[in-house]
Amino acid sequence: MSDLIRRDPRVEWIARNRLHPLHAAMQTQQTSWMGPNGLMRKNTHAIAAGFMGPNGIKRIDRSGAQQGTAAGGRRSAAAEVQLPLHQVVDPAFYIAVVPDMVGGRLGAHDKDLLGLAHSLAGKDGAVLAIVFGEHKESAFDTAGVDRLLVIEGDAYKGYAPEQLVQGLRAVDNQFAPRHWLLPDSRAGGGELGRRLAAAMGERPATRVWQVKDEECIGRAGAGQQDLHRPLARLILASSECADPVSDTRHEALPVELSAPVARSLSRIEDLGSVAVDPAAIAMAEAEFIVSGGNGIKDWDLYHKATAALGATEGASRVAVDDGHMPRNRQVGATGTWVTARVYMAVGISGAIQHLQGIGACDKVIAVNMDPGCDMIKRADLSIIGDSTAILQALIEAVENFRSGGQRDAA
Amino acid sequence: MSTKVISLVSIGAHPSSGRTRRAEQDARAVELGLQLAGEHLQVVHAGDHREEALRAYLGMGLDHLDVLEQPAGADVLGVLGDYLRDAGAQLVLTGSQAETGEGSGMLPFLLAEQLGWPLIVGLAEVESIDNGTAQVLQALPRGQRRRLKVRLPLLATVDNAAPTPRQSAFGPARRGVLAAQDVAVVDDELLADAQLQPARPRPKRLKVIKAKSGADRMKAATAKASGGGGKVMKDVTAQEGADAIVKLLVEEGVLR
Ligand SMILES: Cc1cc2nc3c(=O)[nH]c(=O)nc-3n(C[C@H](O)[C@H](O)[C@H](O)COP(=O)(O)OP(=O)(O)OC[C@H]3O[C@@H](n4cnc5c(N)ncnc54)[C@H](O)[C@@H]3O)c2cc1C
Repeated sequence: MSDLIRRDPRVEWIARNRLHPLHAAMQTQQTSWMGPNGLMRKNTHAIAAGFMGPNGIKRIDRSGAQQGTAAGGRRSAAAEVQLPLHQVVDPAFYIAVVPDMVGGRLGAHDKDLLGLAHSLAGKDGAVLAIVFGEHKESAFDTAGVDRLLVIEGDAYKGYAPEQLVQGLRAVDNQFAPRHWLLPDSRAGGGELGRRLAAAMGERPATRVWQVKDEECIGRAGAGQQDLHRPLARLILASSECADPVSDTRHEALPVELSAPVARSLSRIEDLGSVAVDPAAIAMAEAEFIVSGGNGIKDWDLYHKATAALGATEGASRVAVDDGHMPRNRQVGATGTWVTARVYMAVGISGAIQHLQGIGACDKVIAVNMDPGCDMIKRADLSIIGDSTAILQALIEAVENFRSGGQRDAA
Repeated sequence: MSTKVISLVSIGAHPSSGRTRRAEQDARAVELGLQLAGEHLQVVHAGDHREEALRAYLGMGLDHLDVLEQPAGADVLGVLGDYLRDAGAQLVLTGSQAETGEGSGMLPFLLAEQLGWPLIVGLAEVESIDNGTAQVLQALPRGQRRRLKVRLPLLATVDNAAPTPRQSAFGPARRGVLAAQDVAVVDDELLADAQLQPARPRPKRLKVIKAKSGADRMKAATAKASGGGGKVMKDVTAQEGADAIVKLLVEEGVLR
């Protein structure tokens, strides 16, 4: 629905013309009437509530001739598109998808996979998404999930691939999905899918980039060949294997496992992540980048802040040209295109050449003096203020957080 | 170190010319093995012992390389499994994906399943081996590392996070011995119903704008990149701003 304001000249004309036979019928709200005791009653609220004029400005018309609103609800506020609901009441079969859920949300790769699953499920099948542990995703319905199975438990925390495979085998026993789809990614799907394939004795189709007419095409070898094969039961698909679901809404009904999952005897013990030097991580790969631009006045403080945050450093072109940062730290069209999950821009105005470079970033934080700059339009969280003061406060806040965290642990 | 380390190698193909060479990741597996076991490293290939590209591995400082004789298109899983079980290896290193053939990356997973050994992917560094367990660093995406403690015998794949392989020297490559062993042959039935074809370029994804009216399409085409309604904090003290940032960083799990 468009939110364009449309005038209806005829209705306006009738509203002006009190002699018109339709004039009374066109009056939307009864603002005065005879009460039970013969007193005239007026609804002042209804009058003062007014109506929206043709230019989107609120008008109050005490003459009782409200213009152009007679067709009530014509300009409904429903600018939000309600996609048609795709319902699978009694699924004939399931297509199981195990999304990577990097950072607890569906990524682009996951959505492509769900799109592929939706096309494989057709009208009768249901797409079953299996998620381990907690998640932060709220849009399973528009991504194309018909049934959602969340498997929780301490056993799935950390790196426990063998336990995940146990969980998936339990799903296999209960739902007997027609196809298993996993992302062929380094973020976990590639490994989990291959483990599952080995455990189930199923030969997977790997690095699949197209599924068409009961055939799937995947890259083979070093990428110089394609392997065409009949549709496999277990498919490890690369990103952009299909278009994500975009014109339907799905139920995402929660389902549960009927039997508890067997605990696998863990032969791999997770000792936790290891601190790595953020400066040693390639910019294009870094997960968390704090970039500085022309708005940084104190570069020593900036370096201190990135060290405290454990962030990889980046810079805008101006900061590089002025010699504050090395050239290989430049983010943007002529620098590096970064893929950070969290990108924080301090004192960067958000020129288009810079914004291009952060197109793939998930969450953007902006710190800037100018509330009207383009970076703030792109950002998910913007703090308006002086960079020096905020960086200083940030170092303190992080130290507080760290010491607080240690107190809790002790 | 008395741990027996075996690296499995395959024939690689140059990504643009297609010429045979030592496979990039397998060479890293050999490099890691050499760093761990020195000259006691055992390197195994299942295939044709006359293949010249194998000599590139010998040139890394090995004096011999075991070759389990297999014709092209054979399923090498069984013979490799038997070999590893008999050899009494403690740590077996492989690349994560072959550069020729199907390149599905399934071999280490199937071997681990067949042998009943634990498997880890993306081994970056072995920190210590004692008492039948190994403490290792695993490479994660985005340059992160994770420390794991794993029971031996262990199968591990390496990827590009493992140490870069040393140069292959010509002399040792000539002197080294490719020791062929005759073993049983099992055919791989995959190519019966699948075919390899030269890779087609993947279609570029077009940005499709689904809009009902021309005005909407115009708006979408000319819109600037925007996150759409981010939270803007104006007139706050630096402390409040910093706290809000820290809260978001913690939620996203990037502040450790
Ligand atoms: C061909 C071409 C290629 C380019 N490629 C790139 C590229 O790859 N990468 C890139 O980054 N740029 C690139 N540019 C340059 C780009 O157009 C901008 O000039 C540049 O990004 C601006 O950098 P900036 O935001 O740091 O500086 P400015 O535009 O000067 O912005 C500074 C910002 O800091 C704020 N500020 C000032 N003082 C403070 C304070 N005390 N506290 C908080 N905020 C403050 C200001 O409000 C302003 O928003 C390219 C330009 C061209 C022509």
